[in-house]
Amino acid sequence: MSEPMISATGLVKRYKDVEALAGLDLAVPEGKVLALLGPNGAGKTTAVRCLTTLLKPDAGTARVAGIDVVADPATAKAKIGLSGQYAAVDEHLTAAENLVMIGRLYHLGRQRSKARAQELLERFDLTEFAGRPTKTYSGGQRRRLDLACALVAAPPVIVLDEPTTGLDPRSRQLMWDVIRELVADGATLLLTTQYLEEADVLADDIVVIDHGREIAHGTADELKAQTGGQRIEVVLSSPADSDAAARVLNQVAVGEVQVEAGGRELKAAVGDEAAGDLLRVLQAFEREAVKVLDVGLRRPTLDDVFLTLTGHESTTEQTEAQQ
Amino acid sequence: MSTIAQSLNDGWVVAQRNLIKIVRVPEILVFVLISPIMFVLLFAYVFGGAIETPGVNYREWLIAGIFGQTIVFGATFTGAGLAEDMQKGIIDRFRSLPMSNSAVLVGRTASDVVYNVLSLIIMALTGLIVGWRIREGFLDALVGFALLLLFGYAISWVMAMVGLMVPSVEVINNASFIVIMPLTFISNAFVPTSSFNSFLKPVVEWNPVSAVTQASRDLFGNTGVGPGSDAWSLQHPVAYTLIWVVLIIAVFAPLSVRQYRLSAGR
Repeated sequence: MSEPMISATGLVKRYKDVEALAGLDLAVPEGKVLALLGPNGAGKTTAVRCLTTLLKPDAGTARVAGIDVVADPATAKAKIGLSGQYAAVDEHLTAAENLVMIGRLYHLGRQRSKARAQELLERFDLTEFAGRPTKTYSGGQRRRLDLACALVAAPPVIVLDEPTTGLDPRSRQLMWDVIRELVADGATLLLTTQYLEEADVLADDIVVIDHGREIAHGTADELKAQTGGQRIEVVLSSPADSDAAARVLNQVAVGEVQVEAGGRELKAAVGDEAAGDLLRVLQAFEREAVKVLDVGLRRPTLDDVFLTLTGHESTTEQTEAQQ
Repeated sequence: MSTIAQSLNDGWVVAQRNLIKIVRVPEILVFVLISPIMFVLLFAYVFGGAIETPGVNYREWLIAGIFGQTIVFGATFTGAGLAEDMQKGIIDRFRSLPMSNSAVLVGRTASDVVYNVLSLIIMALTGLIVGWRIREGFLDALVGFALLLLFGYAISWVMAMVGLMVPSVEVINNASFIVIMPLTFISNAFVPTSSFNSFLKPVVEWNPVSAVTQASRDLFGNTGVGPGSDAWSLQHPVAYTLIWVVLIIAVFAPLSVRQYRLSAGR
């Protein structure tokens, strides 16, 4: 088998006494998408920065397109298109000027940079505003431009750090469409995200990280099989019904039923027949006279994955300090 | 492409980007130009009658000092610009590109010379209105302006490093004020060297701001009876200024590039 386009082995990065990366391994085969899934401060951005030559790891190796990023950062940079967490476009320049500047810094030459800018503006639906300074753009437009900037040199490897964090649902959808097109064109992609759904939609393979190390690895389906697919959530009128409700949920649950809020709230992960399970649960509640305030089906979130995999919530504050 | 050619080529691309900002955000330019005018008027009319400058009108003598001070303050722009780029993630973007490591700094320090050229022009015009005159040849005066710009360019490299180290634009603006105010006031920019006490006098004499001021003051023909000091630095102000320029660039250009390479961003 050929070498993966992106690979990391035993990456370690320490900030003072915090270990942001504690021996991370990654491998993305050519033309595939790997999602690095984790809460704020899990080490996602640090991993991205190490892989893209912005940060020197304290230990371990990182290779992109067969090039050691620590030993030969200049060559590696030419192979990578990076779009960071904060749309890093110059707000006083227009979209076209931003793209041409980056093309010239990739040494494409002025003419080719201009042609490439035009191409990307059309592809990313930005021609309409191309002549306006980017500070007048919406968040979604800026992110699209930022991604376009990463693609100026048509790099074989694309790294996206939380491409949709903070975007409204419509902009997120647009971004997903764009990313899917990139993959269809054969790019190898590493993306970080806090959203399980995003990883599910975009990635072939998901690595869940916490405290700078891998805690789970697999396809979206494999992870869901571990954590359960959708979940049924129940809010009871009275905690007195807690035991009865838990018994009912246990019959359909994958894994344990969680009981919270003093017995008033119950959560159960369920399998593929989520709707049927919900119906059976409701019928059983009816039979056993369990009174509920609210019942619903919900997709698993990162929190659910975390709770199942680590036993703790993906709290953001404990690790935010290292950012 | 050789390293230096690539650095200049990439630096030019970055400088163009900075120059676009001068046009798009004219508010900055207005402030750059108003404060020197204010200084010329304040000093000329507030201190004009109180300070003795033998052999020459104070207002005429003063202008070179204002030039010197403004040029040094102008370097703050370099630091502030870099701190802002850092804060906004632009530096990260640049660092992710296969461009020269020195280009962002080469481009920034170069484009900031434009601010200094503009403020020198405005100050010179204001000076002419309040009574400043070029008494030596026009060519000498040009050399005087060039020396001021060169000195400002060197200080830009110091500020570049500071700008890459501080957490925000506000910090650099305040920090530079604290350093630059005493640096320019304990010099012959506003008050003749001879009027300082024996404790401050040697500081004034060897302060590079004094040298660049004295050099351009000489070249404009505004010195009057002399620099008011026998110190070598003020007897040979052009040479002494050039020594500082070379020294500062030789030390701070590599240090700044190193800081740029290592800067982890935020």
